[in-house]
Amino acid sequence: MAVNYERVGDVIILRPEGDLDLGAVDEFRRTAERALEEGRCRKLLVNLKGVSFIDSSGLGVILGRYKKISQLQGEMAFAQAPAKLKPVLELSGLLKIIPLYDSEKKALERMVRHGA
Amino acid sequence: MERNYLKMEFYSRTENVAVARLTVATIASQLDFTLSEIEEIKVAVSEAVSNAVIHAYPGEMGLIQVEVVLENGQLRVVVSDQGRGITDLAKARQPSFSTDPERMGLGFSFMESFMDTLEVSSRPGQGTRVEMTKRPTGGAGEHD
Repeated sequence: MAVNYERVGDVIILRPEGDLDLGAVDEFRRTAERALEEGRCRKLLVNLKGVSFIDSSGLGVILGRYKKISQLQGEMAFAQAPAKLKPVLELSGLLKIIPLYDSEKKALERMVRHGA
Repeated sequence: MERNYLKMEFYSRTENVAVARLTVATIASQLDFTLSEIEEIKVAVSEAVSNAVIHAYPGEMGLIQVEVVLENGQLRVVVSDQGRGITDLAKARQPSFSTDPERMGLGFSFMESFMDTLEVSSRPGQGTRVEMTKRPTGGAGEHD
């Protein structure tokens, strides 16, 4: 798993590539924490386009970031979830608390508008 | 469909979770599973093996066995370990039960949702055995 990130305004966009499973959660967590700290941001957009597989370990590390960000009154969103990840995302209930947008652009428009 | 059988044994390392699910998916694709059913199988296997990696041998390396059986047009997967076992199985199988705030506690829910049957047996100090089966829905099922 490779995890790239970019800062756009006060939003960190995280772009994980590969399988988000137990073997990848440490890398995902480290990168997310570092990116949010470096950018002094509390808004996180996870672009799932490059994620080829996700299970409850991967969803758990995302939930962990959501819990932290929520404590800081921050905001989190998903963009571009591949169709094959949808059943797991829906079954997990995560989409009830983290909105999913079909593009980074749409997510960013909403997140930036919300203000810091 | 002829029978097929494969058994693998590996250390409880996180890297091996992917090896296990990909191997099972490769064997499973010898039946008429759809692509989304294969994805479901990958998730179920990933959950069972991840549970063993995380919980069976805390602080040490132990062995996990995965058996894959194709028979009568059905897939059967057995994931077992000889680790510390699950003390309260009913509690562990509850959705959202997790001992770790960074985990969802959905492992057993996913296995139940994505496979046709799920049987879990565990004895404290002796290990855990998870057996799951799934039959292709769209395919012809049993055939030669």
